[in-house]
Amino acid sequence: MADDAIRCDACPVLCYIKPGRTGSCDRYGNHEGKLVRLDPHIVLDRAVERGDSVVPFLERGRDWDGTLVSHGETFVTAIGAGTTYPDYKPAPFIISSQVEGVDVVTVVTEGIFSYCGVKVKIDTDRHLGPECSTVRSQGEAVGHVTTSEYGSQMLSLGGVRHLTGGSRQEGTATCDALLNLCNGKAVEFEIDGGAKVAVQAGKAPIVDGAQEERMRVGCGSATIGMFAKQWFGKVDDVVVVDDHITGVLSEHQAGKLLGVPETGIKLKGRRSTPGRYFQVAEPGTTWGGTNIEDPLTILGKFNAKKAWSGLRLLMVSTTGEHYGYFELDEGLKPQEKELPVELRESVARIKENCEPALCTVLFMGGAGGSLRAGVTENPVKLTHSVRDALTRVTCGGAPVYVWPGGGITFMADVARMPQNAFGYVPTPALVAPIEFTLKLADYDALGGYMDHVRPLTTIVAQKEGRQRVAARADNPWPLESGAKTKKK
Amino acid sequence: MKQRAQIRMLADGRRLHLHDGPIDLIVEAFGPVREIEVAYRAASSRFATVLDELCGELSFLRKPCSAEAEWPQGAVARRMVAAVMPYASEYFITPMAAVAGAVAEEILATMVSSANVSRAYVNDGGDIALHLTAGERFVVGMIERPDRPSLLGTTTVHSTDPVRGIATSGWRGRSFSLGIADAVTVLAERASVADAAATMIANAVYLPGHRAIVRIPACALTPDSDLGKRAVTQAVGELTTEEVNQALVSGARTAERLLRVGLIRSAALNLQGETRLVGVLGESRMIAAPVRERGLVHA
Repeated sequence: MADDAIRCDACPVLCYIKPGRTGSCDRYGNHEGKLVRLDPHIVLDRAVERGDSVVPFLERGRDWDGTLVSHGETFVTAIGAGTTYPDYKPAPFIISSQVEGVDVVTVVTEGIFSYCGVKVKIDTDRHLGPECSTVRSQGEAVGHVTTSEYGSQMLSLGGVRHLTGGSRQEGTATCDALLNLCNGKAVEFEIDGGAKVAVQAGKAPIVDGAQEERMRVGCGSATIGMFAKQWFGKVDDVVVVDDHITGVLSEHQAGKLLGVPETGIKLKGRRSTPGRYFQVAEPGTTWGGTNIEDPLTILGKFNAKKAWSGLRLLMVSTTGEHYGYFELDEGLKPQEKELPVELRESVARIKENCEPALCTVLFMGGAGGSLRAGVTENPVKLTHSVRDALTRVTCGGAPVYVWPGGGITFMADVARMPQNAFGYVPTPALVAPIEFTLKLADYDALGGYMDHVRPLTTIVAQKEGRQRVAARADNPWPLESGAKTKKK
Repeated sequence: MKQRAQIRMLADGRRLHLHDGPIDLIVEAFGPVREIEVAYRAASSRFATVLDELCGELSFLRKPCSAEAEWPQGAVARRMVAAVMPYASEYFITPMAAVAGAVAEEILATMVSSANVSRAYVNDGGDIALHLTAGERFVVGMIERPDRPSLLGTTTVHSTDPVRGIATSGWRGRSFSLGIADAVTVLAERASVADAAATMIANAVYLPGHRAIVRIPACALTPDSDLGKRAVTQAVGELTTEEVNQALVSGARTAERLLRVGLIRSAALNLQGETRLVGVLGESRMIAAPVRERGLVHA
């Protein structure tokens, strides 16, 4: 026996395997003198929890328990589909009752998206930069700050103009940033006239080196509404400091309803409605997204006719992160005191009601071009089919929102896709998975490549080049219901 | 008891997957659910010992077959010997040439004898045993090259056809081949018989001494191969149309002989995109469209 061959003891065949070769099963091989199991295409297996992550196909197959109840289901994603189709072991004759029996077709492809970008939602009250400011990565303009939303600030990154409309470096930096964000990696951005922010999908943002912990419970006014009852009787007035809408308990509708007496408090900024103030300070990264270090700076003098000595005042930010307790002295000047025990709970509760601050990244792409031709000979029919909800679009198995209007422009949460679902081409453009799922009959009707339809068996039952990953429990199963049957 | 064999339902909840060492079976039965369960249970319990039985007689099964030799003990082994025996006096062949078909056949036989299913198949890596009751049929997809699966066409096996076994052999497949056929697919009365015949026909698709063909002694690749020092095909360069024809004619001659003596019902021989059919493939539909290599497409 050749001495460089090794004996495989994985089964009783006990093959002698020469270096670089596999045994009779094609599953075990001799790699540099060691017996290795060959790696297996990403199929999403909904039965396995995401925590199980990537497992080699067939490695963890459960033994059959004797029933015909389906154990799991398998959906083939587009991830890795674009390059070459992997090898198959010879099954040159396939019982095509499978082919015949195919009810649902999934056309799996990886698309090159020049028209793509990401929308980033950053849960923070801290001021990241003025609206429309340029967002930079590696010094290049890759997007801009867009509208502020509830408890968060939005960045709009990428898009065809940054990818292809600017300099080569701009395009490359944009592609790089998008790719990393989409693949769940951290990217640091610098905002003109604003902050430095590190963004990673599913992680807390880091603004100017400080990690954001919590998303605020609501605007200042909303916080008053939520906690007025808990403060009533324990404190005479409460100011919830917020860059957007600062709330004042004694003036607020919630306080009025409880019978909280006037306190003669005076807020700077612009009064919107009773107890609600705009622009009490400049935007910043401290108290409630303002630039103040000392909350008293947003207060004017107390009205001597209404205020009284010993008046108890709580000032707190919308996340409960910053707070101060004051009592008015003889001259009606607030003096800071230790936060009384009975108020600690309410501050803690604000904090507790703040959800963890996260960065969320939605990939946005448009499949309006030639990608559709890979699916059907008459591309616009695919667009119509998506519109009519006959075809379900998924992105790496994740659900998408298809924007109304022309084309197939969709958004998908990158955190709901398998890891490293995205790639790039140096054009530069992003390579993203996209799957169209529809009934076989509908596929035929829209001019699909019926002769290329392959049964799932031929994809799944093979070994090399496939990876099986767990489907996320919070994703709708791509093959379920969504694809309706066309009404005749 | 720790069972080595993997027995599980596939994701579609319809097909049973049986895996043990080099044996990998996809099983599907049709009929009332209760009957299918009985059939699958029978298949599973039979399967559990198949590899051990085979390995117990492996050294015998790896030796060339002769009419004088004793018969092996195992049921699968006996099916193997029976399938290769017709060739034993004239050619080099070992029972291993029919192992995949014989295993498929044995599992199918177990299912059919224990449950009332209208139709069933056992697919052992492309070597398939079929069961059809009256009026039933199977549509079978055909692929030109095992390593590049795309549907080349379909053929329908009706219950009135004598065909109950399908097998494919070729140098690109999992087993070694002495010939250069990309794939030879055979329809025969039994899977084991189809398996042995496909091996023999694929071996006969050959161009003696051609420079574009790389052959290496089997034992140099796999020390314990039943083919010993026989040279097996490892690469085939581009051949002229004439050469392709010549090799296919050689293979077709063997296939026709097997057809005449009733060992096979039909065969499809594939070499570098050319296909030769021997016998009537039944109700077939070939797809003319060329295979598109799908790469990245632009959105």
